[in-house]
Amino acid sequence: MQDNKKRIVIIGATSAIAEHCARLWVENTNVDLTLVARNAEKAESVATDLRVRSPQSVIRVLEANFIAPLAIQQLVDEIVAVGIVHTVLIAHGSLPDQDVCQQNLTECNEALTVNSISPVLFAEAFAGHMEKAKLGTLAIIGSVAGDRGRKSNYVYGAAKGLVTRYAQGLQHRLANTGVKVVLIKPGPTETPMTAHLKQQGGLAKVEDVAKVIVSAINQGKPVVYAPAKWGLIMMVIRHLPGFVFNKLNI
Amino acid sequence: MVAISSWGRLGRFEHEVVALSDRHQVISQLKSSPAGIAHGMGRSYGDVCLNPNGVLWKTTGLDRFISLDENSGNLVCEAGVLLRDIQRLVIARGWILPVTPGTQLVTVGGAIANDVHGKNHHGSGSFGDHINSLKLIRTDGSIIVCGPNLLPDWFAATVGGFGLTGVISEVDIQLRRVTGPWLSTETIAYGNLNEFFHLADASEADWEHTVSWIDCVAKGGRGLFMRANPTDSIEHQEPKARKLTMPFVPPISLINKLTLQPFNMAYFNLKRRQVGKSTAHYESFFYPLDNLLEWNRMYGPKGFYQYQCVVPRSIGHDAVQAMLKEISRSGEGSFLAVLKTFGNRQALGLMSFPQPGVTLALDFPNLGERTLKLFERLDAIVREAKGRIYLAKDARMPRDLFEAGYPRLAEFLKYRDPGISSALSRRLIGH
Repeated sequence: MQDNKKRIVIIGATSAIAEHCARLWVENTNVDLTLVARNAEKAESVATDLRVRSPQSVIRVLEANFIAPLAIQQLVDEIVAVGIVHTVLIAHGSLPDQDVCQQNLTECNEALTVNSISPVLFAEAFAGHMEKAKLGTLAIIGSVAGDRGRKSNYVYGAAKGLVTRYAQGLQHRLANTGVKVVLIKPGPTETPMTAHLKQQGGLAKVEDVAKVIVSAINQGKPVVYAPAKWGLIMMVIRHLPGFVFNKLNI
Repeated sequence: MVAISSWGRLGRFEHEVVALSDRHQVISQLKSSPAGIAHGMGRSYGDVCLNPNGVLWKTTGLDRFISLDENSGNLVCEAGVLLRDIQRLVIARGWILPVTPGTQLVTVGGAIANDVHGKNHHGSGSFGDHINSLKLIRTDGSIIVCGPNLLPDWFAATVGGFGLTGVISEVDIQLRRVTGPWLSTETIAYGNLNEFFHLADASEADWEHTVSWIDCVAKGGRGLFMRANPTDSIEHQEPKARKLTMPFVPPISLINKLTLQPFNMAYFNLKRRQVGKSTAHYESFFYPLDNLLEWNRMYGPKGFYQYQCVVPRSIGHDAVQAMLKEISRSGEGSFLAVLKTFGNRQALGLMSFPQPGVTLALDFPNLGERTLKLFERLDAIVREAKGRIYLAKDARMPRDLFEAGYPRLAEFLKYRDPGISSALSRRLIGH
């Protein structure tokens, strides 16, 4: 175990945002990075790339079940058993089609599970270990969609809203422990997940979002919007009175 | 559907965008897709990267390195990796891309499909000359791995094959040794085309990179000749990454009859005073426009064309002179004008653009019919000179000029993937 290297774990490491965070980490310094993913083949492509970028870093890949609570607990215990974890980034998620969710409860259930319950279970499993170790930063990717339910994607928004409230509670619990909890709320970002969307103009570059995330994790900021302008936009949206909000087609 | 335009911004066209982001999934994505075309950064100027109302396979998510051998300079990567990311990775380890175009914000796959060239064509040829092998995925699900020594006929069709032979998913590139990011440069003003050709010939043996800015307003063909060699000098500061973005599309082109002449005159006279030797970072020498993001917006809402042709050397002087005369008479054009000689070598791609001779590249704000009429007069000169127009820049050349300029078309078409179609292929080949 290379104990001089910072140890980072990424859950959902094949997501474009997570992958770009990993690139920034290995570019800055040599790290010990564990990539956890549903699909090991794709995660291996990501790992191979990171090894080329930083031959001195240690890159590990773990394939995992993202739904079963016991499997998650066991996986996290195994990761922590290898050595102290300094940073965890929980990044997985999938953007469901709102219309499909309204018509198909199976899809709706899946969207809610992948985007809310699964990240919370991972966070909860790590939180216990970090609390004991009295150190570490636990970062979770939420979304601006969690700030206020909107007809165009409220199932996704509800899931991300749950993550927001969870992170808030976890921050309260760990306030005096030396463990930092960072909630990141990206706005719409240019990734394979959003490539088919009509309005490509307003999308943030994934590299820029990753920069905001890595810097927020370094600083241990409790809540960060990425890019920052979404903080303002969502403040306005959260405070719009219902009679105005309900007229908006968003 | 997503509205997409190419770099020339001549129009926005609806496309069904399919993101390729996992190299193991590309086969199944292509097999289940209606006819499409690979699309990387969309930095080609015309319609080679467009497929209106059809599918675009967006390759920028295929942006992973696969291996780098620091002893041999062998780099294997996915086809959506940007040249910028390669340069930044490998220069610190003593290697550099052997050929690079005027922007590094393009994908490797696009650089191969357009067989791009750089300022060192006379010594190093074009991008395809440095590819050891590539993996081509066809829409029928088959995989073709080809290179100069492996299925060379497929390789020759794919290099410069503007995406029509399949989707390039992985590439093996031979990098070139370099001692650092610095170049020693020299800028020389020239007053006419004779002086330009003299400088170009005199520089070919001792200078790795040569290029020139030409004043398209002045009839005689005055300009600034720039040449450079790598240097192991390390006494300089890395340039600060100061990026500016053209923040909006102005209602009319900022480059127009009123601004062009004074701008060119000021630029020439200002630079003429700074001629001489200097040291430059590779990023500012190779990619002077990359720090002005979205500079293509400055041509206004109607966008712009770039006209780039190559004409044989024997008639090069007269043909360029005649084209400059037409352009100067029209009052159109832009300060973005480049004149460069190509080396005396044949490109390996069946449809590659570079050939021995001299190439002229000029931007033109889109003024509709007037601009197209000017192009017809330039076409006549290119046709008579037995030259050709660069497909990566083209949005309008007539079919007869395409067929005359690319005599190996029939040979090339044998390798075409029937499940691939672009606006350019339909315009120039018919399907």
